[in-house]
Amino acid sequence: MAYSEKLLDHYENPRNVGTLDKEAPDVGTGLVGAPACGDVMRLQIKVNGEGVIEEARFKTFGCGSAIASSSLVTEWVKGRTVEAALAISNREVAAELELPPVKVHCSVLAEDAIKAAVADWRRKQGGATGAEDAAAPAAPGGADGGPRRP
Amino acid sequence: MKIPIYMDHHATTPVDPRVLEAMLPYFGVEFGNAASKSHVFGWRAEEAVEAARAEVAAIVGATAREIVFTSGATESDNLAVKGVAQFHQGRGRHLVTCQTEHKAVLDSMHALERQGFEVTFLPVGSDGRLDPGALERALRPDTILVSVMAANNETGVLQPVEEIGRITRERGVLFHCDAVQAVGRVPFDVERANVDLASLSAHKLYGPKGVGALYVRRKPRARLIAQMDGGGHERGLRSGTLNVPGIVGFGKACALAAAELPAESARLLALRERLRRGIDAAVDRVTVNGSLEHRLPGNLNVSFAWVEGEALMMAMKDVAVSSGSACTSASLEPSYVLRAMGVPDDLAHSSIRFGLGRFNTEEEVDWVVELLGRKVKKLRDLSPLAEMAREGIDPSSVAWDHR
Ligand SMILES: Cc1ncc(COP(=O)(O)O)c(C=O)c1O
Ligand code: FES
Repeated sequence: MAYSEKLLDHYENPRNVGTLDKEAPDVGTGLVGAPACGDVMRLQIKVNGEGVIEEARFKTFGCGSAIASSSLVTEWVKGRTVEAALAISNREVAAELELPPVKVHCSVLAEDAIKAAVADWRRKQGGATGAEDAAAPAAPGGADGGPRRP
Repeated sequence: MKIPIYMDHHATTPVDPRVLEAMLPYFGVEFGNAASKSHVFGWRAEEAVEAARAEVAAIVGATAREIVFTSGATESDNLAVKGVAQFHQGRGRHLVTCQTEHKAVLDSMHALERQGFEVTFLPVGSDGRLDPGALERALRPDTILVSVMAANNETGVLQPVEEIGRITRERGVLFHCDAVQAVGRVPFDVERANVDLASLSAHKLYGPKGVGALYVRRKPRARLIAQMDGGGHERGLRSGTLNVPGIVGFGKACALAAAELPAESARLLALRERLRRGIDAAVDRVTVNGSLEHRLPGNLNVSFAWVEGEALMMAMKDVAVSSGSACTSASLEPSYVLRAMGVPDDLAHSSIRFGLGRFNTEEEVDWVVELLGRKVKKLRDLSPLAEMAREGIDPSSVAWDHR
C-alpha cells in the first residue's frame, strides 16, 4: 500500500506528541479506541478564556495512519475555537492524508478524539453538555478526563 | 548488505538460482506437453516431470506414484479435505481439525459443514500445540478424516504429527497433514508420521509459485474424489495440463532442500536465536508467541507490548516481515492463530512474524535488531499505553470504548 507524502511526514515526524496535565481545569482529555481493537488515541487540548484551543498534545497506539491522523488534528485544532474544532470531520482528515479506504476508520478515531476532548473540557467548565457530548457517549474519558475505573 | 531485507519466508521464498536454471529450458526448447504420447517433445516433458516426481516424493519419504501435482497447497488442501469427505461420506460425515490451521483447510471444512458434514475444530494450548489426547477423544465412529498441519505458518509451532498419526492409524481414520511450512525446513516423513495425505507447496522451499503436490498414500490406500474434472491427468486425481517448468523447479527445489536440510536448519536456528537474544537485550516487554522448543528453526513470532504491529512495520520499511495485527488485514480482526492460543488481543495487534531463510545473514540480523530497538522506543514514546503502564494504570481496568 503506497502512503501519501503528507501521511509519511506526520508519521515520521509526528507533531505535538506528549502529555498535558489532565487534572488542570483548562485541559480536556479525550481517550478513544481500545487496546483490544488495536488502536487507542489520546488527544488533549488546553483552552483559554476565549474558548480558543492554545495547545494540543497526543499519544496514539495504532497503525501509521492513526498516528498521522492524530498528529494532523493536533495541528488543525490549535488556534481554533472549540466550536470550530468540533467542525473538523474525519472526511477532511482522510482527504488531507489521502487515506486508503481500509484506513478511513483511523480518521474516524481522530474525529472522535476531538469530540471526547472537548466534551471533557466542557464538563470541567461546569457541565455544559451539548450535542457534542452525545456524539461521543462511549468515550472512556472519565469525569476527570482520565481513564474511568470500573 | 542489500536493502530491503527479506525476513518473510513463511509467506514465500525467492526461487533459488539453481532452481531457476533447471527450469529455464522448459520455458524454451523443451516446451512439450507431458501428456503428448506420440512424439519426442511430449516424451521429454514427461521424463522431466517423472524425475521431478521422484525428487518431490523423496523429500517426504514417499514413492513417486504417491505424488499428485497441483497448482499449489491451497488446491492440495481442498482436494484432500473435500475429496476424502466426498469419497467416504457413506461411512461417516465427521471430520476433525484444529483451530490454527491454514485457511485453505479451515474454509474447506466450512464448505463441508454447509453440505451437512460435522467438523470438530480442536483448540490449542498457549504454546500453540494440539493435545493428542484431546484429538483421540474427539474421534467418533463416524469420523472419516483428521487434518492437522505439521508447522504453523504464523508461529512456526510444530504439531505432534507422529503422535497424531499413531492415533489415526490405530483408529482407522485418514490423516491429512498440511506440511507446507515443514517440508525442507525440518525432517518430515510420511512413514514415520503415518500420514495418509500431505500438502506441499514449491514456493515455500525456494521453488516457483503456482505449483504444489498432494501426497496420497497407496498402502493402505487413501481414496478420494477428484475436484477437477477433465483429461484425467495425475491418475485421474487432478486433470489439467501439467505445469512442466514449475514441476521441474519444484523437483530441483526439493532435491536441494533435502540435501542441505541438516546444515541449513542448524544455521537458521543459530540465526533465529541471535535475533531472539538480540531483541531481548535491546527491548523490554517482548513476548514470544508459541512454543520455542517445538518450532521451525527460522521462525520468531514476538509481541512488543504497547506498540501496534503495522506501525512498527512501517517504521522498519526496509525490513520485510509480517504482523498479526488487525490493521494489516481488511477484516479488522487480529490473527486467529494467536487468538486461539489465548494471546490477548492487544498483544496480537503488537505481534511481528520473522521468517528467516536461506539467504539471510548475521549482518542482516544485527542490523534489524539495532533498528528494532530504536523504532520500538520511538513508538513507545508515542504510545498512551506505555505511559499508562509507567504510571501503574492497568489497561484492563479501563472501561474502553470497544467498537
Ligand atoms: C500452511 C500453509 N498451507 C497452505 C498454504 C497455501 O499454499 P499455496 O500458496 O501454494 O496455495 C500456505 C501458504 O500460504 C501455508 O502456509
Ligand atoms: S489503527 Fe488499526 S488500521 Fe489504523
